[in-house]
Amino acid sequence: VSGAELFDLVLAASLVVTGMLVLTSADFLRAAVLFIAFGLLMALAWMRLLAPDVALAEAAIGAGVTGVLLIDALRHMEWEREAFAAPREAPPPARTGSTARVRVPAGAAAAALCGAMVAAAWHLPSTPSDMPTRVRMQMEPLEQPVTAVLLLFRSFDTLLELGILLLAVLGMLVVRGRRGLGTSVALSPPRDPMLEATVRLLVPIAVCVGGYLLWLGTFAAGGAFQAGVVLGAAGMLLWLSGHRGLDAVRPWIWQALVALGFGVFLATAAAGMLWWGAALAYPRGSVSVMVEVLEGAAALSVAASVVVLFVGLHPSRDTSGGAGR
Amino acid sequence: VIAQHQIFAFTAALLVPLALYVLLTVPHLLRKIVALNVMASGVFLLLVSVARARAAGEPDPVPHAMVLTGIVVGLSVSALAMVLARRIYRETGDTTFYQAEHEPQDEETRE
Repeated sequence: VSGAELFDLVLAASLVVTGMLVLTSADFLRAAVLFIAFGLLMALAWMRLLAPDVALAEAAIGAGVTGVLLIDALRHMEWEREAFAAPREAPPPARTGSTARVRVPAGAAAAALCGAMVAAAWHLPSTPSDMPTRVRMQMEPLEQPVTAVLLLFRSFDTLLELGILLLAVLGMLVVRGRRGLGTSVALSPPRDPMLEATVRLLVPIAVCVGGYLLWLGTFAAGGAFQAGVVLGAAGMLLWLSGHRGLDAVRPWIWQALVALGFGVFLATAAAGMLWWGAALAYPRGSVSVMVEVLEGAAALSVAASVVVLFVGLHPSRDTSGGAGR
Repeated sequence: VIAQHQIFAFTAALLVPLALYVLLTVPHLLRKIVALNVMASGVFLLLVSVARARAAGEPDPVPHAMVLTGIVVGLSVSALAMVLARRIYRETGDTTFYQAEHEPQDEETRE
């Protein structure tokens, strides 16, 4: 067994063990932290499988943002449990969790799926694919195959993806019963001088890294989504530290930013249908400009959506039972 | 000797069913969201393994782009699911779909 094979085997075993612990660990906080570790191991696996774009996205989104949202959700459920402990009347007794009636069919389904997937893994097609060459031949003037697939060949997927992100923000507003997208600092958690100083150092770096990733996407691993999430993380940090900077962003600006990516994509699709022959077709000679505009809009939308989803998930003062400032 | 893409395809073949089982049997809503995420990671792992298996040099960028899209969709779904879970908790004081007679604490340890 060579060194690389050994590394892959150890990585695969770590993924399975960490995944098991994430799924079964009785302490949910531990499970949430392990979920972040799981995401970072996944990022390593993506690197091993020659998918650096996916690795970047996994590290930023899968491990980073989802992990933070989980820990945050858990913490607030605990706050609310304390806040609600006294006045709530005992809930009526009802169905219990999972009994053998659930476990047996679920186990059977999982076992069947496992069998099917193992069989599929044995018979993974290994005939060399000509797709990389075909993409490279037709992606002029773009230089990055993954960016070309996202914005030239399968841009409809990307359009719908931005639509789903927008729907998540709208769904959050509906469920939370909110009208606007303000991120008033007055709602943010108590201030912490250490955090404030750290954030002041980190945010400019995060903005630079975000811009760098966006630019990198034109010829190497990187791109709008990775850049957007890094920018969004900077926004989350700013808000957590109670920095006044975010107050300058008015609610209508948040709304515009959240809708920007989907809006620009829709406008491009409509313009393509009207003038250039097909939805999401670009005029000849301006492909790189169009792709840059779409990527920039997508990055801003992803960043704003991440911030708004994070802030919107926080209970405001009327719901958190005095947990605010 | 086992090929690299097979190692990760087998990993996916373990992760997806495990996560499916937990998704179906564990009542705690946050755990269901985590299980959904692990399941998605497993599916992505299989997709990228297919791209790796068929790579003669550079791997196929199409599955990579699909996985990238999938990761962002997964984030959107998780975020919305968490808002819904919190709303359910606020309305019922319960972290599950059922009005369980146990405290949420019992729900956790029973797993």
